[in-house]
Formats: sequence, C-alpha cells, structure tokens
Amino acid sequence: MSSELIVFLILAAVGVLSGILMITRPNPVNSALFLILNFMALAGLYITLHAQFVAIIQILVYAGAIMVLVLFVIMLLNLEDEEPLREQMSKRHYGSLLVALLALVLIVQVIGWNSGGTLETMREQSPHALRIGTVEHIGSVLFTEHVYPFELTSILLLAAIVGAIVMAKKRFP
Amino acid sequence: MMEQLLTDSLNTAPITGMVILSLIVVMINALKKEPLATEYWVSLVGIVINIGLAVWVFPERGTAFSGSVMTGGYASVTAIIFLTAAALTIMLARVYIDKIGANFGEFFHLILFVTTGMMSFAAGLDLLVTFVGLELMSIPLYVLAGITRRNLKATEAALKYFLLGAFSTGFFVYGIGLIYGMTGTTKILDIAQNINAYSSEPLFMVGAGLMLVGFAFKVGAVPFHMWVPDVYEGSPTMVSAFMSTGVKAAAFSALLLVFTATFDFMHSSINTVVAVLSVASMVIGNIVALSQKNFKRMLAYSSIAHAGYMLIGITAGGGVSIAGVLFYLVAYMLTNLGAFGIASFIENSDQTGTDIDDFRGLYQRHPALAVILGVFMFSLIGLPPFAGFFGKYYIFVAAIENGYTWLTIVGVITSMISVYYYLRVVVVMFFQPEGEQVQTARFGREGAFALAVAAAGVLLIGVFPSVVLDWVSALF
Repeated sequence: MSSELIVFLILAAVGVLSGILMITRPNPVNSALFLILNFMALAGLYITLHAQFVAIIQILVYAGAIMVLVLFVIMLLNLEDEEPLREQMSKRHYGSLLVALLALVLIVQVIGWNSGGTLETMREQSPHALRIGTVEHIGSVLFTEHVYPFELTSILLLAAIVGAIVMAKKRFP
Repeated sequence: MMEQLLTDSLNTAPITGMVILSLIVVMINALKKEPLATEYWVSLVGIVINIGLAVWVFPERGTAFSGSVMTGGYASVTAIIFLTAAALTIMLARVYIDKIGANFGEFFHLILFVTTGMMSFAAGLDLLVTFVGLELMSIPLYVLAGITRRNLKATEAALKYFLLGAFSTGFFVYGIGLIYGMTGTTKILDIAQNINAYSSEPLFMVGAGLMLVGFAFKVGAVPFHMWVPDVYEGSPTMVSAFMSTGVKAAAFSALLLVFTATFDFMHSSINTVVAVLSVASMVIGNIVALSQKNFKRMLAYSSIAHAGYMLIGITAGGGVSIAGVLFYLVAYMLTNLGAFGIASFIENSDQTGTDIDDFRGLYQRHPALAVILGVFMFSLIGLPPFAGFFGKYYIFVAAIENGYTWLTIVGVITSMISVYYYLRVVVVMFFQPEGEQVQTARFGREGAFALAVAAAGVLLIGVFPSVVLDWVSALF
C-alpha cells in the first residue's frame, strides 16, 4: 500500500463521515462545523492531486469566507435548536429523490469510466499537466497571459466597494 | 516583458487613461468634502483627453495583452462613442443631480467606472475580458439607478435592474463556460479560426445562444425587455439617458465584435434567432409605446424598438451592416441623450413631472427647448435631414443587400407606427396651452452647452453623414 493511497483513504473517510454527520445533526451550527471539516478533507484531496492553488482557495474562500457567511445567517435567523428532523414526504421530496438518482447515475458512470490514467502515467505522458495546478504556474499565467482581465477585475472590485458604500452608508441631505 | 506591457498599455491608451482618471476622481472625492466643481471638471477634462487618446491610437490596429483586448480601429471608434456619451451625460446632469439631491462626487466616478467597463466590454477579444467588462459596466449602474435612495421608484428600479441583470449575467457566463468547455480557450480570435467546425457542435451553439440571451438583455430586446420601462422610468432621468445610450451602445458594439465580426454567424441558426428578436422588438416596442403617458416610459419602449432596428443590422451581417449599426448608435446616442436631457430639465425635484402632459406649452415658456426637442423627435422617427434618417437608411440598405428585404419591410412599417407617438410630443409642446402647474426648466450653462452639442451633432451628421461614416467604415 503506497503512502499516497493511505493518505487518500484517510481523507476520503473523513470527507464521507463529515458529510454524513453534517446532514444528520439536528443543530444547524454543528452541521456547519462538520461542513468545514468536509471542506478541509476535500482540500487535502486536492493537494494529493497536485492542485495546490485550488486547495488553498478551498480553505480560504469556502472554509473561511463562505462559512462565516453561513454561520452569520444561522445566527441572524435565530433558529431554535433541536428542530425535529422528520418531515412528511411531499411532492418536493420526490423531486429531490429524482435529482439524487441522477447524481447516482453520474457517479456510477464516472467510476465505471476508467481512462487508465494514474498520477504516474500522467507524469510520463505530459510533465506539463502536473504543473497547471501549482501556485507558481497560476501566478505566472495571471500576470502574463491574463494580466488584463486580472487588473480589470481589481477595478471591478473597487467599483463594487464604492457602490456598496454609496448604497449603504451615504448620508443624504 | 515590461516593455511589452508598456507598449500594450499605450496602445490601449483610452482604457488605461479611463482607469487612471476614475482612480484620480475617487481619490479627490475621498480627500475633500467641499462642493463638487473639482470632480466635475476633472472628469470632464479627463474624458475629453481620453477622446483625444482614442483618436491618437486609431491607426494602431491590432491586439494587446497577449490577444485579450483590441486596439485602435474598432476599439477606438467605440471608445469615442462611449466617452462622448459620458461627457454629455455629466454636463447635462450637472444641475440635475443638484435638483434631485444626488449631488455626490460618487455620481461622477461611478459614471467613469461604467465607461471603463463599456470600453473593455466592446474591445474584449477574450471572453473573460468581455465578461469582466460587462460586470464593470453593470455594477456601478445598479448603484446609479438607485442613487436617490429616499425615492421609492428609484429604489424599485435599482432593485429590479440589479436582480434581473444579475440573472442575465448568469446566462452570459454559463454560455462562456460552455464555449470554453467546447473549445478549450477563451480567446475569441482562436475560436473564430475553427468556427466552422464548432458551429456544428450543439454544445457550442447552446453556449452562443446563452451569450445571446445576455446580450439581448442588455440591449433590451423583446422578450428580454421586461425591465426596461420600469427601470428607465424609475431611475434618475440622466442615469436612464446614460443607460439607454451608453449601455445599449456598448452591448451592441460587443455583440457586433463577437457575433458579427469574428464568429460570423451569418448562415447559422443564431441568425434566425436574432431576426425573430428583431421583429418582436420592433413590433412590441412601437405598439406599446403608443399608449404611454409618461415621457420616460415612452422613450423606454422607443428604445426597445430602436434595439429592434439595430438587430436588423446584426442579422444582415457583413461590413456594411457593422458600419450601419455603428452609425445608428452614434445618431441614437446624440438624439436620446438630448431628449432625456430636456426631460431632466423640466423635471420636479421629487423626480415627478415627466408625463407627456407636463410638456404642454413648452413652446411658450422655452421656445428653444421645444424646437430642439422637436428636432430630436423627428430624428427618432427617422426623417431627413436628421441623423436618425441615415441611421435607418444604412441599416435597411445593408439588410436589402444581404437578402433580408422582409425585415426591412417590417422596419419601415413599424417606423410609420412610431410617427404617432413621437409627433404627439411635438403637438403637445407647440399647440396645447400650459397647464396650471408650470415647471420652469433648470439646466445651467453646462446643460445648455451639452444640449447644443447634441442638437448640432444630430443636424450635422444628418446633413453630412460622411463625417461619421468615414470613421465607422472598413473597420474589419
């Protein structure tokens, strides 16, 4: 058993477990915390796939910023804990069931579809492919090939900040 | 590397210049609390300098920043259109924003941000740039639409514009995503090289269709027009003016660049869709405008109709159409900015008083305003010798040359319908007595000057169309 496989198994187990725990906890705050754990496990999986940048962004954006928003909303809604989990089957649930089935078909399809590619064969076939997910590569592409949209995005963010302040904080005469 | 960046920045001088100008105005606005003369003059002078830069880089045709943005030629011409619209808007709005209590420096730099976005949107040769430009154009406009936060109608307009705009951007990005998934690149020129192979791929065509939805929303074509009347009526008048001219011009310029000039969808199913959008816009826009009582709402429906006329040009395709649509955009920009400007002059401070009945007896009170508004109305109808006539003429000629005579017939018939509601304004102004509540127009020297520029422009390019036509021809 290679070390890669062991790391994968641990991370996968943590991911699946935290996912199950997340949807079964009655307390929404607990659910949110397990969701963070799930994000962490996923970020670990990304690192084993040589996608460092996506892993860091996963932690910063999802586990960091978005989860703060989620917790904030939970706080604002002031949910009473110990909500009963059981609900009646309604038409809406059949819809969700259908979506879940479709997702299952997709998963089976993906597992069944074996391209024969492992990290080793990928390394042999195209040494370039492994570099794509690294911070170094993304940084250099961002400042050479895509420098224009990158800089334009910063102007967009500034405009959005100014706009938000005008909408929210401006004192009207 | 650095030299390359420097050359690229110089070749895209109008856009770089606008970015620097917006940042300067933001800083000025942040550092002082005094009245807004500084922001106004810095913005205005900066825009004029940028028009000069756009003319200066006109011969530098090519691409910059590794093919992600276009320089010179088409990019310069569209930049000049947007910058002129921004300059006229700022001048016409100078007194207006004071009247409605929105006299903030933010008004000016948000307009500058929007203009920067428009220029990137229209010159983007990378779908990423197109998208970021679209957003940079839209987000400050959502704020501008609701800048008078205490006014219920303006707030409603801003929220509607924001929600529907965000929704339509979703379509646009989804389309870009599918195209990227199909082609593996976001560079428009790379995609255009293999366009014949891609055109038979359903995934690519779905992506292009979704992008078309985004464009159609921004130009306000039927059936994506539901937001137009409410937003134009509710927003502060000069913001509506900028939306109906600048944003429409930007969306059409980007549509021309992506769909007509590079992808060249002339013989694909996309073209049929555009033709249907065009007919629906012309018919519904003109017929619904007949029953409007509010001047801004009437202009909103008329702008839907005009989007329909310009879509004829997109359907026809080819160089003549590109020149025709650009000419139309210039004519429409000058005319509509002027018409909205006059409405903003006679508006009350609580943003009411823009019903068509409020124009009664305008000729007795302000003969010059009435005559100029008459000129704009005739130009919108498309009567010679005003700019609107040649706009329609060039588009119809292009359509007939490319075998779309039936579209031209629909265009002419709906133009005839439009005579009724444009002339009604003229009749009300000149021949009906003043109402009891008389509103005195307030516009100041800047407003008068901008109005004179717009009116002179409408007349000048109506009499000498070659002034504009020489610039917009043979860009590709």
